[in-house]
Amino acid sequence: MTSLTARSAQVTLGRAPAGVRVPRVYSGLPRWLVLPAAAGAALVLFPLVAMGARVDWAKFGQLIASEGSLAALALSLQTSATTTVVCLVLGVPMALVLARTQFRGQQLLRSLVLLPLVLPPVVGGIALLYTFGRQGLLGSGLELLGIQVAFSTVAVVLAQTFVALPFLVLSLEGTLRTFGQRYELVAATLGAGPSVVLAKVTLPLVLPGLASAAVLSFARALGEFGATITFAGSLQGVTRTLPLEIFLQRVDDPDAAIALSLVLVVVAVVVTAATSRISNWAIR
Amino acid sequence: MSLAFTAELAERGFEAQIGVRPGERVAVLGHNGSGKSTLLNLLAGTLRPDSGKAVLSGRTLFHLGSRTNRWLPPHARGISLLAQDALLFPHLSVIDNVAFGPRATGASKAEAHRCAEDWLAEVGVADLAGRRPSQLSGGQAQRVAIARALAADPKLLLLDEPMAALDVAVAPLLRRVLRRVLDGRATMMVTHDLLDAMLLSDRIIVMEQGRVAESGPTEEVLRHPRTRFTARIAGLNLIRGHYREGAVHDDTGLSVAGAVKDGESLAAGALAAAVFAPSGVSIFLEPPAGSPRNNLSVRVAELEPLGDLVRVRSDDHHGHILAADVTARSVAALDLYPGREVTYSIKAAAVTLFPL
Repeated sequence: MTSLTARSAQVTLGRAPAGVRVPRVYSGLPRWLVLPAAAGAALVLFPLVAMGARVDWAKFGQLIASEGSLAALALSLQTSATTTVVCLVLGVPMALVLARTQFRGQQLLRSLVLLPLVLPPVVGGIALLYTFGRQGLLGSGLELLGIQVAFSTVAVVLAQTFVALPFLVLSLEGTLRTFGQRYELVAATLGAGPSVVLAKVTLPLVLPGLASAAVLSFARALGEFGATITFAGSLQGVTRTLPLEIFLQRVDDPDAAIALSLVLVVVAVVVTAATSRISNWAIR
Repeated sequence: MSLAFTAELAERGFEAQIGVRPGERVAVLGHNGSGKSTLLNLLAGTLRPDSGKAVLSGRTLFHLGSRTNRWLPPHARGISLLAQDALLFPHLSVIDNVAFGPRATGASKAEAHRCAEDWLAEVGVADLAGRRPSQLSGGQAQRVAIARALAADPKLLLLDEPMAALDVAVAPLLRRVLRRVLDGRATMMVTHDLLDAMLLSDRIIVMEQGRVAESGPTEEVLRHPRTRFTARIAGLNLIRGHYREGAVHDDTGLSVAGAVKDGESLAAGALAAAVFAPSGVSIFLEPPAGSPRNNLSVRVAELEPLGDLVRVRSDDHHGHILAADVTARSVAALDLYPGREVTYSIKAAAVTLFPL
């Protein structure tokens, strides 16, 4: 019965022509469940509405167009995009290794790598400081080479990558495991070497999952605050990203803080909507 | 193709030795969990044995032992695998699926597409080239999968119950396609279907608990099964001849009436086989009257206990040894003994006729 409905639902998703209504399938949920679910949604949505209600629309353009705000917005978009690329370059191989190989201590390694998910970002910032800072484990060596990482834009990207990478790895690993290895093995028996299989089969198969994983890490990078301020500081145009700008403005100019917050919300909504478009397109 | 294969994989309790002579097509039979799929995976290279050696047509696939550690990865073996599920790449069109093998092994895009078109036409689905796998029926998808496996030009094609996941109505069509495209090609097929084994193999290997329980030329194994498993699934009575008016007539004058297998068709004079199970045979001392039955006069050759039943093998005076399974009580009641003349009676409905 379950498999039957699941199957028909899948067929509907795949083939329903535009305008044809998807048949309603019995949900099997108790009605009272709607209440806590609605409360949860309200908890998320009300604060956004409350904030939106406080926006000074008359001065909105002026508020977000200040030199500091524009610099922060540009820096945020630029660093978050860079972070996403770094996350893809490092995270895709990590996810593949975790999903497709077996080795001693793999479970432990996975837990450690995913640690930033549960770690307070400030702690992450301190850890980074003692790695790449002047007296840090690697930082002192880099200092001798004339490279200073801490309190630079590179530091912002490092801090964002530190917190965003696990999101990408975790979600992509899940996608890879769901697909299993069957298609990859078929490709291998057709004569395709491992690199060809990766490029022509594995990655195209998980592309929708990869896209949403990338957006997830972009969004996480965009909102990053604790690790950034600890490790990179708050220099306008260099390390002061939008969340930092909002935090600073909050006291001096609450109206500007609200306006900038709204900008951040809009960017997040646009990015999320774009991803679901991309995944729908990729599935077809 | 010739194959010399020895492998051991302790975790799966697999320890088998197999030899295949050049030009032999192999059918692998056995219960679930008997090691059939392990065998295919070891050959394809998707599983690595603890130790062993396999040489396919002079090329070493693996040689693993205390001193040697040679192992070819799957993509370097030239062995394609066709599974129960078609497993077409969902992100590629039908033609790109079939062109995948040639492309992966270095053919140009145009070359690969031409090759793919040829194979799609060969399996009869040229018109589906532009479709997505999600737009195909199970039978169509499996035909595309056959085209894809063959387009890779494998030295050996492994088939893992290629018709098991298909509707009964679709299987005969696919069987005809396979019979045509696999002719003269090195294949090893895992199957539960005796008909497939007979039509698509020259040699049968029977696996039991990770070991080869029996191996030999198809006809010989089917005629003289040595294990109970083979006796049960392959110990059917088989008569080859020409089809005429609802019966198969062989050149000794024996004729057996039956029903043509679902989905197959037979023209008068066509090469055909009649198959019936030993359990479908009743034994009488005198030919019974009435009812649409086949009555064959035979002389009992030997009696062999088979669990609760007794397998009676008899000679029909024309060189056929035909088996019948009866209860021990009937053996006593009929007073059967080697040399006794009796009549085998088989309902026409219990006899399956199919084209060869």
